[in-house]
Amino acid sequence: MNLESPQAVAAALRSVDYLPDDRISQVVFLANRLDKPILVEGPAGVGKTELAKALSRVTGKDLIRLQCYEGLDEAKALYEWNYKKQLLRIQADVDHDWEEIEQDIFSEDFLLTRPLLEAIRSENPVVLLIDEVDRVEVETEALLLEILSDFQVSIPELGTMEARTQPMVVLTSNNTRELSEALKRRCLFLHIDYPDAQREQEILAARVPGLSEHLAAQVARVARSIRSLDLKKAPSVSETIDWARTLLALSIDDVDEDILGDTLHVLLKYQTDIEKAAKELTSSPQA
Amino acid sequence: MLGVITGFIDELRAAGVPVSMVEAIDGMRAVEAIEIGDRVALRETLRATLIKNQRHERAFDTAFDVYFSTVPLPDSTPVEEGTRPDLPSADGSDRAPFDIDALLDDLLQALAGLDEEAMRRGVRTAVDELAGMEPGRPVGGTYYLYRTLRRLDLADLEARLIDALTQDEELSEFDRRLLREEVEARLEQLRQEIEEEIRRRLVADRGRDAVARTLRRPLIEDIDLMHATTKDLQEMEAAIGPLTRKLAARLARRRRKRAGRLDFRRTMRKSLATGGVPVEPQFRHPRPHRPEVWLLCDISGSMATFSRFTLQFTHAMATHFSKLRSFAFVDTIDEVTDFFGAGVDFGSALLRVTTEAEVVWLDGHSDYGNSLETFNARYGRQLTPRTTVIVTGDARNNYRAPRDKVLGEIAASARALVWLNPEPRAYWDTGDSAMSHYATHCTSVHEVRTLRQLEQFIEELTLPGTRAAQNA
Ligand SMILES: Nc1ncnc2c1ncn2[C@@H]1O[C@H](COP(=O)(O)OP(=O)(O)O)[C@@H](O)[C@H]1O
Ligand SMILES: [Mg+2]
Repeated sequence: MNLESPQAVAAALRSVDYLPDDRISQVVFLANRLDKPILVEGPAGVGKTELAKALSRVTGKDLIRLQCYEGLDEAKALYEWNYKKQLLRIQADVDHDWEEIEQDIFSEDFLLTRPLLEAIRSENPVVLLIDEVDRVEVETEALLLEILSDFQVSIPELGTMEARTQPMVVLTSNNTRELSEALKRRCLFLHIDYPDAQREQEILAARVPGLSEHLAAQVARVARSIRSLDLKKAPSVSETIDWARTLLALSIDDVDEDILGDTLHVLLKYQTDIEKAAKELTSSPQA
Repeated sequence: MLGVITGFIDELRAAGVPVSMVEAIDGMRAVEAIEIGDRVALRETLRATLIKNQRHERAFDTAFDVYFSTVPLPDSTPVEEGTRPDLPSADGSDRAPFDIDALLDDLLQALAGLDEEAMRRGVRTAVDELAGMEPGRPVGGTYYLYRTLRRLDLADLEARLIDALTQDEELSEFDRRLLREEVEARLEQLRQEIEEEIRRRLVADRGRDAVARTLRRPLIEDIDLMHATTKDLQEMEAAIGPLTRKLAARLARRRRKRAGRLDFRRTMRKSLATGGVPVEPQFRHPRPHRPEVWLLCDISGSMATFSRFTLQFTHAMATHFSKLRSFAFVDTIDEVTDFFGAGVDFGSALLRVTTEAEVVWLDGHSDYGNSLETFNARYGRQLTPRTTVIVTGDARNNYRAPRDKVLGEIAASARALVWLNPEPRAYWDTGDSAMSHYATHCTSVHEVRTLRQLEQFIEELTLPGTRAAQNA
């Protein structure tokens, strides 16, 4: 699909049910034009991960995802030798010359490629999603950075593995930790916040089939209203979607304060938040 | 255009936003790839390349308005030059009398129908007729904004807009509230448009650099914590989370080996499945190091804003350290750890600290000596060589004796003792500040007047290893 202008990007994303704003379309356009990674930051559930998935759908490229977590290391991100297979190979072949065996077991056949290596070794270009990068330690971040700048991996036993194709890279962060300046410098920075009511209504329309326009507008406005309160955790887009689905399942076509009070737990996760929102938005505070 | 971009980047830097050379070059390159006559494309391109922290977006937006306000918006008919002079001549005698009701009707229609073009037209007329802008007058944009808004009477406009959108329906209280918020959002947009229009004209009159200078506000990380407004503090709250996590990581840091040690027993057990060949070596997980932190916060009147901030900090820390204990003091000290338990929001914690903690013993004037002695007597024996003690306070002791010896005892029982002082270093030891008495007992002392300094303190923090770690 054509990504030759921000408008074309917007249309393409819409066609796969991702509703971008001007900022998102512009940054995606630039990333594609300049071959730069995008670092998407923002609160949970505003469509960061989904953006990478939508890009994969739009471009028809495979999505390779590296989910980050505390303790993620090279062996899980990049590659690992398949010990088991190597040992079995050694055992099966005791008569052979050791040098020969050694050469054999340190060949690509015995390599377990992990997402990063897989992404650059792929025959066809892929979308590489490095999800929730703020969860890894700073040291691991440096590793990612190296790959993103060199597009090659050097494996001591095997030599340098060059990229066959260059992936389109999306990194996401929930900003629980400040990322290193070096990483940020490499990327186009895209902060996504909660959508305005207009766009949220469109997202609801795209993601919840059968939802009436009236209800979509109401849900979006209620979400905005609740987000303006001082809460521990504001409702995310995924939660407003869940809420809309709940309303639909209950055959509700107009929200009033009783219905809101009864279903607030779908939107909010903390009891203190539920109480606060009930107090603010409904005249009958309840648990 | 390149010249303007350079000026713009200079302005960002002057406002405190760190834009590196690489980023500046990236920004210029990226601009070459886009439609230059499209303000939105230009703005988002510069934003994505130059700004790498959401905290800096406000400064970016302000500067962008000043430097690029004349770049046309996408799909808008360009402002016809010369239909109206940008700044009306003082007499204005040759024009038909201005009809404010007609303007209000136009704006109302534009707002009700979400017609942005019409709204912008209305905004231009409003600024022409109501702002009373005079060339060369050294007043800021807020003055003109205020004048325009007062004449437009937004409260009245809001009521009329609600009526227009209600269309005679009976609305429940709930629906009214939602509608009111919708209307407020649209009026806010109107307000912003007016502000931008005024800026545009100020720039035409006085030049970009001059206007940018008057609009420059300190970044959130540069606001003096002693004088921060409640709104500033709320904005800071968002920045504190990531910072405390960084601090947690710093305190927990020790020389780490890449993986844990080989777990011989588990490796052998596992090897039974493969005929005794140790196919999968098993490693012990390196045990994460759980630092203990005790925070001692001066929450006296002289520290009002700062103590709110330190308590925010405490609150954020409590989510990252399971072993955090916090204490508040004025002229005596009380433990407040339990007020900050998991799942407690900051507001309720603050309320409990101010109403339940027993921090005043005598007269409610700071008494560091008594607070520290009480602390040591009550809790000192629970300090361990793994505990890092952080004191936050201005060390202003109301001319009482410092009684700092006890701080030495506290320091000796702990891993480290760090003092954060929110006053400029130059004021330490002036008046009733006893800072240097206390400083002699501290592992380190830091001026922390801003978030930036707090961040710096965290960046540079190196503490002696815990004794447990040294033995390992
Ligand atoms: N702009 C959008 N267009 C369509 N759906 C969206 C959009 N933003 C969020 N969503 C919905 O919200 C859900 C959560 O988004 P996700 O990308 O998982 O959030 P996160 O930002 O935490 O990665 C998605 O599955 C999708 O259904
Ligand atoms: Mg995600």
